Amino acid sequence: MQEFEPKIVAFVCNWCTYAGADLTGTSRIKYDANVKIIRFPCTGRIDFMILMKAFENGADGIIVSGCHPNDCHYSTGNFHARRRWIVFRNLLNFAGIETERIQFSWVSAAEGFKWADVVNNTVKKIREFGPNENYKKIAVSTLFNEEGTSNE
Amino acid sequence: MSELIKKVTQLLNDKTVDVFIGYGKGSADRIRAIFVRSAEQTEKLVLNSACTQNLAGYILKQEVKHLGKIGVLANVAALRSMLQLASEFQVKDGEVLALFANPDGTLTEFIDFHSIEVFLTTTDTGITSDEQERIAQLEALTVSERWNFWNKEFEKCIKCYACRAACPMCYCHRCTTDVNQPQWIPVASHERGNLDYHLMRAMHLAGRCVNCGECASACPMDIPLNLLTYQLISPIKTGFGATAGMKADAVYALSTYKPDDKENFII
Amino acid sequence: MEKELKILKYSDLSKLIERFHAKGFPVLAPVRKGKVVEIELVESLGDIALDVLLSTQSAKKTAFPKVEKVLKYTLAKSGVTQHPVDPDTARETILFGVRPCDASGFKSLDAIFGEAPGDQFYLKKKEKTAIISFSCPEADEYCFCTSVGGGPGNTAGSDLQFTGIGKDEIFVEILTEKGKQIAAIFADLLSDSPAGIDKTKFLADVKVVFDSDKVVENTSASFNNAALWLEQSLRCIGCGACAFVCPTCACFDFQDEQNTKQGVRLRLWDSCGFSLFTLHTSGHNPREVQSQRWRQRIMHKFSYMPQQLHVVGCEGCGRCSRACPVDMNIKEHLTAIAQVG
Repeated sequence: MQEFEPKIVAFVCNWCTYAGADLTGTSRIKYDANVKIIRFPCTGRIDFMILMKAFENGADGIIVSGCHPNDCHYSTGNFHARRRWIVFRNLLNFAGIETERIQFSWVSAAEGFKWADVVNNTVKKIREFGPNENYKKIAVSTLFNEEGTSNE
Repeated sequence: MSELIKKVTQLLNDKTVDVFIGYGKGSADRIRAIFVRSAEQTEKLVLNSACTQNLAGYILKQEVKHLGKIGVLANVAALRSMLQLASEFQVKDGEVLALFANPDGTLTEFIDFHSIEVFLTTTDTGITSDEQERIAQLEALTVSERWNFWNKEFEKCIKCYACRAACPMCYCHRCTTDVNQPQWIPVASHERGNLDYHLMRAMHLAGRCVNCGECASACPMDIPLNLLTYQLISPIKTGFGATAGMKADAVYALSTYKPDDKENFII
Repeated sequence: MEKELKILKYSDLSKLIERFHAKGFPVLAPVRKGKVVEIELVESLGDIALDVLLSTQSAKKTAFPKVEKVLKYTLAKSGVTQHPVDPDTARETILFGVRPCDASGFKSLDAIFGEAPGDQFYLKKKEKTAIISFSCPEADEYCFCTSVGGGPGNTAGSDLQFTGIGKDEIFVEILTEKGKQIAAIFADLLSDSPAGIDKTKFLADVKVVFDSDKVVENTSASFNNAALWLEQSLRCIGCGACAFVCPTCACFDFQDEQNTKQGVRLRLWDSCGFSLFTLHTSGHNPREVQSQRWRQRIMHKFSYMPQQLHVVGCEGCGRCSRACPVDMNIKEHLTAIAQVG
């Protein structure tokens, strides 16, 4: 049996974590290739629906990362985001969606090592957790599979 | 009852209001909203324990607004809806007159938001113990049991949007559901479309829900939608010290922050 | 065909379900789900809620589901390639234990979807559905089938109709060729009906409350009577509950769902109660306010459909009134319209 390779999508802010991930690369630090990074202007822009879309399109895990508190390029974007995540995690948990699949972190532009750690740890965690089975059953791709139409 | 008729007659006669939204007899044993526009029509007003609908949902309806100055028979949830709508700049102070029917049969008249705020400080505004229990029962389940529970419930959803239409806080002229560039929420009422829609709705009502329960009672498929938003009331209160619909000038909990907001999941 | 009359024993009902399954026919029937009653696949008679007045939703979803795939396509640099979806993949199915208004509701749908060139997705599924309706021993205050040409024992649209007569007997009417084929599956359980059975004795008494012709006449004449529509719909909140539970509402919407490589086109229920239903891209909405949308709902059923399809688009089941969150009672409103002028 083929080993499960988690698909991780990382939503990161342009000013800190993206630069931090850049530093990881320029510092030649190796980290798991399971992650696809999507750059946003600010964590404040990362709407909860974007995370839902990631799950629906086959993500097994999600990383959301931005500037440390007080370091936001726009002063308060990450503070607003933090409140939203607190509420969103509550809702996800209540709706029966595993909150462990979303890793939130603060990674600054100077924290190349931390970024590698965040990614590696998340990949490890999701690998143990297994594929996102619940969401796979309702994923966008399921529409393309079944044939035809029934009256049942 | 007779006091209500007397009061509304007087309000209409002296033109304090042009239309009074109250309860009237409906089909079978149901109660429905009625829109009283003349003293003669006040006889149709009904007031009993079945009068639970949150009538504040109507104060933003275009055709009702066209009738003139609005008076409304408001229960606690409706009073809170008015304050929450005020904090979102949807109603102005003094624009709507609210009557509250006290348990002893007397009426309290609210002509401004301040008097509603004062009144609510001494009123029980929480969710019922029944609802608390249902939430606690769900919270006691495992994550996958909860997924299965909601999956079964959402399966019934036909996306009639009665929950959205009945909610006094769902007044957006263009709901996220209606946005199609990009299409955030699938229009289809399949599992994904239903899950997305209900999570989106709950998230957009977080910190704004005044626990009137209209969404759940409107649902023709009997989905306990109110639990989704009710469950978020307590974390928002304990975490951010905010409760919806208590202050007309409140700042929405999710559009503000404190530098020391507590969490334990960000590394 | 000449209808055939038979007698079946109640105690044999469960055998019917078993035999349908043995023949490979799935059986759809009303099933209790908490406070709602859904029409679903059943395993045995025990699953079926035969005592309920009506299922929450109508039976239309068996031929006109809320989500239906009608086209697939793949996307490539060279362009879009379409892959047709076969409309004829449904199995022969038995729709069991529904009410006469459900069966006759298909009349309207047949008229709408049957217009040339014919909607194959609907027609094929309908063709493969055999309807065994149960006449109504009871009715409630929302029922008004007799005012729109139906009745608690109306056989229109049914292939077979069962009426409970006495403790252990069911009066079976075999109404169509398809019904005859279905009845052949349990022919040994049927005995000839004695002559002169009057099933109306066992049916609910549903009073005629308005004259349907008068409603049709007045509806057509009341298009510009804005006060009438406003008065009726002031409390309407503009959801689609009425349309979605209705056995004859057939409006739909198309939506594409895709990723970067492939996509599907879906047909979905839509409702004239939604403001979005008529919203133009320009931002203009010809039905600007809810009263105009309510008028559309009534006009469509009682003016446009009789004119264009020669069928009244209402079966008097009252589902819309029961489902309405704000108690818009169609029976009451139609009675008022019948009295206009």
